[in-house]
Amino acid sequence: MTTLTKQQRDPAGRATRSRAGKTGSGGRKSITHRMGDLKIAMVFIFPAMLGFVFFFLIPTIRGVYLSFTEYSILGDPTWIGLKNYTTIFSDELFWNAMAVTVQYVGLNIGFQTVIALGLALLMHRVAKSTFIRGALLLPFLVANVIVALLWFWMLDYQLGIVNEVISWLGLPRIAFFGSEQWAIPTIAFVNVWRHMGYTALLIFAGLQSIPSHVYEVASLDGASPTRTFWSITMPLLRPVMVLVLVVTVIGSFQVFDTVAVTTGGGPINASRVIQMYIYQKAFTESDFGYASALSVILFVILALVAFVQMKFLKGNESDLD
Amino acid sequence: MKKSLGVAAAAAVIALSLSACGGSAPASTEAKGEINYWLWDANQLPAYQQCADDFTKANPDIKVKITQRGWDDYWTTLTNGFVSGTAPDVFTDHLAKYPEFASKKQLLSLDDAVKNDNVKLDIYNKGLSDLWVGQDGKRYGLPKDWDTIAMFYNKKLVADAGYTEEQLKGLDWNPKDGGSYEKAIAHLTVDKNGKRGDEAGFDKNNVAVYGLGLENSGSGDGQTQWSFLSATMGWTHTDKNPWGTKFNFDDPKFQETIAWWAGLADKGYMPKLETTVGASVSDNFGAGKAAINTGGSWMIGQYTSYKGVETGIAPTPKGPDGKRASMFNGLADSIWAGTKNPAASVKWVEYLASTACQDVVAGKAVVFPAITTSSDKAADAFKAKGVDVSAFTTQVKDGTTFLFPIADKAAKVAGIMKPAMDAVLSGKKPASSLTEANDQVNALFK
Repeated sequence: MTTLTKQQRDPAGRATRSRAGKTGSGGRKSITHRMGDLKIAMVFIFPAMLGFVFFFLIPTIRGVYLSFTEYSILGDPTWIGLKNYTTIFSDELFWNAMAVTVQYVGLNIGFQTVIALGLALLMHRVAKSTFIRGALLLPFLVANVIVALLWFWMLDYQLGIVNEVISWLGLPRIAFFGSEQWAIPTIAFVNVWRHMGYTALLIFAGLQSIPSHVYEVASLDGASPTRTFWSITMPLLRPVMVLVLVVTVIGSFQVFDTVAVTTGGGPINASRVIQMYIYQKAFTESDFGYASALSVILFVILALVAFVQMKFLKGNESDLD
Repeated sequence: MKKSLGVAAAAAVIALSLSACGGSAPASTEAKGEINYWLWDANQLPAYQQCADDFTKANPDIKVKITQRGWDDYWTTLTNGFVSGTAPDVFTDHLAKYPEFASKKQLLSLDDAVKNDNVKLDIYNKGLSDLWVGQDGKRYGLPKDWDTIAMFYNKKLVADAGYTEEQLKGLDWNPKDGGSYEKAIAHLTVDKNGKRGDEAGFDKNNVAVYGLGLENSGSGDGQTQWSFLSATMGWTHTDKNPWGTKFNFDDPKFQETIAWWAGLADKGYMPKLETTVGASVSDNFGAGKAAINTGGSWMIGQYTSYKGVETGIAPTPKGPDGKRASMFNGLADSIWAGTKNPAASVKWVEYLASTACQDVVAGKAVVFPAITTSSDKAADAFKAKGVDVSAFTTQVKDGTTFLFPIADKAAKVAGIMKPAMDAVLSGKKPASSLTEANDQVNALFK
């Protein structure tokens, strides 16, 4: 959420900045002008603000408070200071969950972004029919849990159609969700399948915003398609790619539903991603204080990841300027 | 800016007051109104709907609304309901769960009701009603049914292997070589080329039919997976039951049992753990992928319903002590402490625990009701459907049952034991690694 608002705010900020630069001494006037807009702005922001306060801010603050307590949901929380956090540091399952999550994010984002970029290019250049473009989005229109269950059954070891085909080809069956090596890659693949169309659509929108004259100049200069891609498309696509990466990486870190309806964290701890671990602590073991502390740590990590991505990939600047 | 701060402050105040007013209306003392009742087993829903209809006929002022939820959702929804005040008035309760609810004061004690309404506790099968007396000496449930463990077998596969059903009912087991139990399992296993598990040239990596099906590692209780074996070694889960505070997963007797059991997967007689994620163990049985499955009596309906598969039921094998063993588990109906209608709830629970309702349940042949006479009726009802359930009842008759381990912190124990057992069963760790898990479990009670 924060990154989205930042994205939206920035162009406006830049516009004012450049206007201020052009008018020179008019800088102060524009500040008072902006202050004059504040009242009316508050009116427009208020409804969203209300939702933000009730559904994000207050629960977040309460979550942070609970992370310093021992709280079993039935009964009152008791303040225990930093104990949850010190326990987390020596909690092997937490570190395992982080490693598993990072592995998932790497596989998920890596494949998803590359495939989505390819699809977006195809949509941009080749597949102009709305039907085909729409079809790419279909997996995203199916609910997460349904997608997970669908693949869960198709990839079942004994009765799944995929393993029937594999064994028909004379290859050994694969325990997609059951083996430690395959569980995370399989879950990552299922989510790539679901999200690639949507991600492609976002990138496709970015591609459309690249002015065609840049391409014309490139072709006049005799640049090869590969060269055009790396020297024009990619640099000009960067702000959109950064936004897409920030949003998908955050979403990817929060993977839960697919794991919850398929492996449930197993085999052993091979797919116990951080959200699954938080859920297990809170709702299975009724340890809400500890789960809150885990959530706070995840929150901090995600904020850092978003910050680093924005900072180093310069997501708020465009080479078009 | 000041104004907006004021608005924010007002909003915060509203939020605080909203969260503070979770109070409930005063409880009614009259036995009337609508009460909510939850259960998780869809197979039992028709039976209990019948009970509810009969109950309302006898008590026109009370309506019972039944909600069925799958096992996994059941407990989280219930816990959330306790907090948000939307939990059902009466619900089906499990031995693994009620100690925690009782210690968090979420259950209504039934002692007064039992005393005032003169509920007889000796009509239930022996031991069942005592299971529901908490650590504080108060009663939190009235027994509704019980279950034991037996072996479901595919009659055709057994006949093909040259085993008679009588042989299957008289197996014995020991952790050294598995006894005639392992011999049968090995012989019932068939690979892709038609070679049996005990024949030369058996390909353990290409098995078509497993001798023994596998559900999962059984976590810390092993109810249907291994507890019927470990108990014949004289092993118990905890130092005492109910309310044990020291677990015995470090006992060599237990680890020996598990090592033998995990070895079956290694020999190719039982599916590997990794292959069990997905289709249920009973569906694999129904698809003819396993010859024998160990399971609980609540699965009788499921196992006998597969088309094209004739299912027989044999009792669990005799162990080194010369006796069989089966975990004995019982469900009960409990009342939520936050009910707005305790009087009607008590009445409904008493009705559920009476012969009137349990005979109805018996007639549907889905489970064994807690009342002794109703249990016999259920056995007859099963027989009328062509199912011989003596493999389950014999354990009770011969007194070879032992109680489901009742202890506090069951969820946390499972949180440690499930991955630990998974690791052993999948061959990632030796059975001796359970000693470390046991230390972690016992540390919970310090």
